[in-house]
Amino acid sequence: MSTLAQHIQREFPEGFVKAVEWRGDLTVTVRRESLHDVAGFLHDDPEMDFDYIVHVSSVDWPDDVERFEVVYEFYSIRKRHRIRLKTRVPESDCEVTSLTDIWKGADFMEREVYDMMGIRFRNHPDLRRILMPDDYDEGYPLRKDFPLRGKGWRDTFEFLDEKVL
Amino acid sequence: MKLEDQRTSVYRVDPEHPESATLPTLRTEELLLNMGPQHPSTHGVLKVILELEGERIVKATPVMGFLHRGVEKLAEDGTYHQFIPHTDRLDYVCAMYNNFAYCRAVEKLMNITVPERAEYLRTIVAEVQRIIGHQFWLGTQALDIGAMTVFFYTFRDREILLDWFDELCGARLTTSWYRIGGVERDFTPSLIEKLRRFLDYFPPKIDEYVVFLEKNRIWLARTKGVAVISAEDAISFGLSGPTLRGSGVDYDLRKYDGYAAYPRCEFSVPVGKNGDTYDRYWIRVQEMRESVKIVRQCLDQMPAEGPIMADVPSVTLPPKERVFTNLDSMIQQFKLFSQGFDAPRGEIYCGTEAHKGELGFYIVSAGGGKPYRLKIRAPSFIHMGAFDHMSRGYMIADAVTIFGTYDIVMGECDR
Repeated sequence: MSTLAQHIQREFPEGFVKAVEWRGDLTVTVRRESLHDVAGFLHDDPEMDFDYIVHVSSVDWPDDVERFEVVYEFYSIRKRHRIRLKTRVPESDCEVTSLTDIWKGADFMEREVYDMMGIRFRNHPDLRRILMPDDYDEGYPLRKDFPLRGKGWRDTFEFLDEKVL
Repeated sequence: MKLEDQRTSVYRVDPEHPESATLPTLRTEELLLNMGPQHPSTHGVLKVILELEGERIVKATPVMGFLHRGVEKLAEDGTYHQFIPHTDRLDYVCAMYNNFAYCRAVEKLMNITVPERAEYLRTIVAEVQRIIGHQFWLGTQALDIGAMTVFFYTFRDREILLDWFDELCGARLTTSWYRIGGVERDFTPSLIEKLRRFLDYFPPKIDEYVVFLEKNRIWLARTKGVAVISAEDAISFGLSGPTLRGSGVDYDLRKYDGYAAYPRCEFSVPVGKNGDTYDRYWIRVQEMRESVKIVRQCLDQMPAEGPIMADVPSVTLPPKERVFTNLDSMIQQFKLFSQGFDAPRGEIYCGTEAHKGELGFYIVSAGGGKPYRLKIRAPSFIHMGAFDHMSRGYMIADAVTIFGTYDIVMGECDR
């Protein structure tokens, strides 16, 4: 395991779940409760020094109990190393602590994750939809059970000779 | 506030003693100004709600999503090859760079090495795209601030390059010339000759654009000290490209990650000092000059002939001439477009230094021909996150400058 992953495992033995290195990318999965602490450690620790947030993303695995995966990618400009931090949340309680107090750029990125996947972020300063209209209530578009053709008024039309996608 | 309050609060006159009329009390709350989605200077459909106190911006709330087309959801429905034209439409100002970033990400996922001549071809076209992107930026930024002549000059020279792209791949805007594993077709001798002529013609033109602006008092007053962002804030917000380098942070993925033919070229990365609009303008102008240097070096170093596509039959497409004459190639083409290639399970992130910033693709593959999740890390979206922070305290007229200096394109921002 890479030294970065070992360092995180030493600091957070109960929060660390696993580390995978593939195609040159290091991915560390942690438990949801320790996400904020691990992220703070990644930002503040002088050996880690991850000052740049690259993106915040989410993946939907509908067959798993812990359905949603929240993915953060960080980069250190001074130390020049990357890390991907992941955590899983179940659908019944899809809430994660926001990291806007550590990286300011997480603001819009987390809003997009909320908009597209429905994952809420605790302590986010302004959690509302960003790409979809503010009052959109048909669901969360990037979930796997949301149809590609979209939902809404277009479905109320009847088309001739059409198979349902 | 109710209308009656508005009326009574302005005029206070005692009817019995009209001579004692006091001065009207003025409302001094903040004004909400909507800079609506249809606006010539917002670089696309973007709505910004400005809270103003007088002419100073107190808070700016951007409202995006007018150009949201669900590109990430569409990616999950088609194969990896089929997504390339979607990437054109992200940052439509310099479309090929999006193709490049995406193809690099898929090549990292599939662990494919691109042949040497193809790397040089890709680098040359990417840098020419950077030039047209910056020309577009300079023209529109100057136009928004009021220097209209620069717009005509940059777009006149941009036309030469767009015609060059037309000859290269058939399209000026939505080009899809990059393929996974290489490029679609090679340069013809006529293209190389036209490019060399452009490289001699262009550097004096950059001086021509700059001569209008560099010592112009109005330009300096409107760009120096406007939209300043410190290096720590820029890094914390995740800014990239010229907006980050303007604040003095030397971070350029072409140098740090060293992809394509960049490690073999000698070029410098301009870095600013003050983090204001003037520094970012200066950086982009210098980057145009550096791009000319890179293209010249690549043209000189490029191997005279060689394959333009990696030879991995299960992933890369066969050459088009063979598809209609050779049975194996036809089968390969058919299979790759109908089922896609079998990607391994896993996830990667790959960032590329587009001219706006770090354009990245985070691809999660669960096996099979279609991506399970494809996330586009768009620099324009992230720059909009810092818009509020950057515009506080400046005047309404500076809001337009700030849009320009961030170089936002809504296609990329909204996806």
